Amino acid sequence: MFKSKVKIMQLAVTLLACAFLFVPIIMSVLAGLTANYFKGISSGLTFKWVIEVWELYANSIFLSMWLAIACLVCTLIIGLPAAYGLARHPGWLSRLLEEFISLPLAIPGLALALALLQLYGSMKGFRASWTFILVGHVLYTLPFMVRSILAVLASIDLKTLEEGAASLGASPWQRFRDIVVPNAMPGILAGSLTVVTLSIGEFNLTWMLHTPYLKTLPVGLADSYASMRLEIASAYTLVFFILIVPLLMAMQWASARAQRITQ
Amino acid sequence: MTLRLTHTAKTYPDGTKALLPTDLSVGKGEIVSLLGPSGCGKTTLLRIIAGLETPDAGSEIWFDNDNVTPLPVERRQVGMVFQSYALFPNMSVRANIGYGLKMQQLPKSEIEARVTEVLEMCQLQPFAARAITALSGGQRQRVALARAIAPRPRMLLLDEPLSALDASLRGTLREELAVLLREFDITAIFVTHDQDEAMAIADRVAVMCQGRVLQTGTPEELYRNPKSPFVAGFVGNAMSLRGKADGATLYLDGGALTLPARGEGQTIFVRAEDVCIGDDGPLRGKVETVTFLGTHYKIGISGITSDTIASIHAGQNAPKVGDMINVAIKPETLMLLPQEVDVT
Repeated sequence: MFKSKVKIMQLAVTLLACAFLFVPIIMSVLAGLTANYFKGISSGLTFKWVIEVWELYANSIFLSMWLAIACLVCTLIIGLPAAYGLARHPGWLSRLLEEFISLPLAIPGLALALALLQLYGSMKGFRASWTFILVGHVLYTLPFMVRSILAVLASIDLKTLEEGAASLGASPWQRFRDIVVPNAMPGILAGSLTVVTLSIGEFNLTWMLHTPYLKTLPVGLADSYASMRLEIASAYTLVFFILIVPLLMAMQWASARAQRITQ
Repeated sequence: MTLRLTHTAKTYPDGTKALLPTDLSVGKGEIVSLLGPSGCGKTTLLRIIAGLETPDAGSEIWFDNDNVTPLPVERRQVGMVFQSYALFPNMSVRANIGYGLKMQQLPKSEIEARVTEVLEMCQLQPFAARAITALSGGQRQRVALARAIAPRPRMLLLDEPLSALDASLRGTLREELAVLLREFDITAIFVTHDQDEAMAIADRVAVMCQGRVLQTGTPEELYRNPKSPFVAGFVGNAMSLRGKADGATLYLDGGALTLPARGEGQTIFVRAEDVCIGDDGPLRGKVETVTFLGTHYKIGISGITSDTIASIHAGQNAPKVGDMINVAIKPETLMLLPQEVDVT
């Protein structure tokens, strides 16, 4: 395989690109595990910083997880019926609605947050509660849920399947439960993983909406970079990776599965 | 169950009249085929009977003594086989067949027993646990039928049940379907555009064209005694002989032909099996095509009328392309049909 110059070039470029991506990550992870970053790795490896991160920011981690789950529940409750409605009644109105739902994709998170602050900023109780951040996350992640379910629903002959179930005596609700939801499952799964991953990693919007008592995982990360030792910030990155990488991998798997079905 | 439709019509919101006011009755246990070219309203009629399409005001649909017109499909107790089968991909064969029974909230043991019974009837036992995607076209068709029949519907409705299959399979399954439907002993209506299919399966055929039922009758009646040029052409491919009729004689390009009755203002039809090639025939034409079909030859003859006329020739040797031949048509085999009914 190393016979031709072209092959060697290809390999070199690939390795270089990998290094470009991985070296900073490895550096950061190592920094989080070294006893003293300025003395280097020779100062020894330790979990001290990771433990410290946990002590300092456990609340952020739990808040982020809680937000992600709440956000998932909300996007499912809104997104599944919405995608079903759009798939069942195709037309210019549905197209328009779909575009409208997708708007938050095109608007920067900051602008979205600003709009939310302008509208609800004066409602003190709401402004200071975690539900305020939740609203932002739902707005931002909803299009991903709707689109991913819609893609799967559009690829099956939903109308005839439902007519088949109806001819067998199934009521509209039974049709939705027995036919629509199970057949949309790959899309629901892919959408859910996307929503959870995005919600956990979301920074722009959350940075604008958060209060000192409500720091999510990425906001806490920014905070630790700004105010803590570099080792703690790096250990934080490590914690973040451990949480987000499995989710990312599951998301890849789920969307690959959904794509297989839509083909 | 008997089915009775009175004054049933369907107009779409854009004004298209898919079905003109139609009356139709189907007797208990009768198998009726709705036959017609695509766009003739046959599927619309079937969907109205099923309850999947709302008919115009004034339409009435009666199942025995129940007026089911306002009922939605899920409360009409009909079994439906769709053109695409509409099998649920998220369920196994067994679960598909059991779905209707589950909707009737029968106890689990009874569902199992009845699904097994239907599986046996349709010879699907080896596939019971399979996923729908792991079935061939013919197997899917049988599962669709089994699923429709399992809840013991009042009537079975089939929308082009064989058209999704390839030609070789269609022939076998046609006979299989005819046998199964009679075994079920159920009132059935099935839609098709294939006259052979209608003839093979149905007790009675309703020929449809442009949103109306032109003629209903047994396959034999329709074949031997069509009431309109369209039915003659669609059922059994009758060919029209275009010429000038004068009393009981028809003057064609290829000669004069004796008619069984006065032929002015009528369209005259003949079927290919009644066009006989023989030296004593009064008509003369030129052989255009010769197709060997095993038991017989199909010969295309030009020059007799403006179109090429087909003849079924059963002899051992066929004339060659380009030969001039004589053709005879017996007067009693000719069909004289009124011109004005021609809706095509």
